[in-house]
Amino acid sequence: MSEVRRFLGDAGLVAARDLRIEFRSRVVVGQVVPFALLVLVLFGFALDADHRTLRMFASGLFWVAVLLSALLAVHRSAALELSDGTLDALRMSGLPPAALFLGKATAVFVQLMLLEVVLLGGLLVLYGVQVVDPMLLLVSGLLAGVAVAAAGTLYGALASGLGVRETLLPILLLPVLAPVLIGATRAFDDALGSVAVDGWAWTGLLAVAALIATVVGALAHGVLIED
Amino acid sequence: MAGLDETPGTTGSRGSRLLGCVALASLGVLGVLAFVLTGPDVRIHPTTGEEFGQFDAVRMLYLHVPMAILMYASFLLCAVASVGVLVKRTPWWDVMAHSTAEVGTVLCGLVLVTGSIWGRPVWNTWWEWGDVRLMTTLVLFLLFAGYLALRSTTSDPRRQERQAAVVALVAVLDIPLVNRSVAWWENRTLHQRSTLEELKIEDLTLFTLMFGFLTFGLVVWWLTLQRFRVGWLERAAIDHAVGSAIAERRSETSAVELDAAIGVPDDPAGEESP
Amino acid sequence: MTHLGYLIAGWGISLVVLGGYALRLVRRGRSLSAEVPEDRRRWLESPGTDRD
Repeated sequence: MSEVRRFLGDAGLVAARDLRIEFRSRVVVGQVVPFALLVLVLFGFALDADHRTLRMFASGLFWVAVLLSALLAVHRSAALELSDGTLDALRMSGLPPAALFLGKATAVFVQLMLLEVVLLGGLLVLYGVQVVDPMLLLVSGLLAGVAVAAAGTLYGALASGLGVRETLLPILLLPVLAPVLIGATRAFDDALGSVAVDGWAWTGLLAVAALIATVVGALAHGVLIED
Repeated sequence: MAGLDETPGTTGSRGSRLLGCVALASLGVLGVLAFVLTGPDVRIHPTTGEEFGQFDAVRMLYLHVPMAILMYASFLLCAVASVGVLVKRTPWWDVMAHSTAEVGTVLCGLVLVTGSIWGRPVWNTWWEWGDVRLMTTLVLFLLFAGYLALRSTTSDPRRQERQAAVVALVAVLDIPLVNRSVAWWENRTLHQRSTLEELKIEDLTLFTLMFGFLTFGLVVWWLTLQRFRVGWLERAAIDHAVGSAIAERRSETSAVELDAAIGVPDDPAGEESP
Repeated sequence: MTHLGYLIAGWGISLVVLGGYALRLVRRGRSLSAEVPEDRRRWLESPGTDRD
């Protein structure tokens, strides 16, 4: 059991470090969140729509904004390891790759939760949505966040680095997250009362996706960062 | 299948030439079957007495369905080869993974295009967002296009092999998830759209489909083989270039001593198993 | 034949793409074969030298 405690402790250390860096540099809060809100605004302009139309599409627009912003957050998270040979130091310190993965994914998850909360506020204010089922909203938002954070951290390890690789992240990550997009949008549709679907069934799918993403990420992360 | 009777200067061998010829001949026969010997799909409506059905558009299926099946086979092989890369770590598995992925992606693109062209006269639309197969195939295409993009970046080959293998395996694991989510999503629409159920499959149609599968099996086998050889040569070319560069720098060292130093086995016939 | 245009497009595109891909592979095979010396060309079914 102490091994598990140490493992979780290691992951916690990494998460705390990443979040501390974020707290000091305010990249997510200062850049990524405004970007997400900007996406919502742009949709408003582009669709030239009234409140009713926007409410209908609100959940889809929300999740597209989250996914695009997640790309930035993940990229930032991966980039943290590139400066000053940090990754090499971590590798040599005997930190298990899975713990590194879990820590970084947790930090990204926390940032995504912040993002979702702000965006939800944006939906309420800009699009005039009404929350019919707050529990469903919370659970599906959480699970989708886990899936995005886990998959993103895994691919972030891959796509970080010099030049050409950075632009790989979107084309690698977004297709993989297609089921999460579909599921989260349907769950939010139900929670916001715009479409009659069974949001909780979709939330089940999100739970499966979150679990798979976390497990696969933990297992595969080691392969991706090793030399 | 192929003997070591390679023709110098090309990736051809007696075996692959034979395969290629048989594949071409088979393609010719398929053409005759698909366009001349089989008839259009015409059915009479039970109540109105009108003719309906796919008519001649059904001939597209003799192309589309076999390619789809072989596409899945290629991606499956890629997944297996990717496991091989992670477990065995030899170049053979890696070149196999890359080759099957590339051929599979080409097939996938064609499946989407032929499916869309078939869909226009039959379903009256070029694209159908709710269709499970279409959506899953599209995501599959995107997943492996990403894999190929990763492969085309230059970086340490050993790292890239393993990273690509992970990407391929994640892609393949993701497919059931995509399939489930789109299938649930599609249930919103009122009607099912399944091609083979609509079709009245009688003997010659079935035979042509099977023959199509055989034909494209041969074609894909040839393509994968050629792609494998090209991939192998690419690795050999890089190794050779690196080796020559090193040898040039240390010109007092002979090439043989250099090979021995970096661990190339003496026997060029390569007895190791993959 | 009904829908002839679609048939030509579908079959045509497929055959052109597959044929073009085949041609590209053969060409690339030829140019690579020129670069690589005889003893390194173990590309057939037999597994080759493993430098790792």
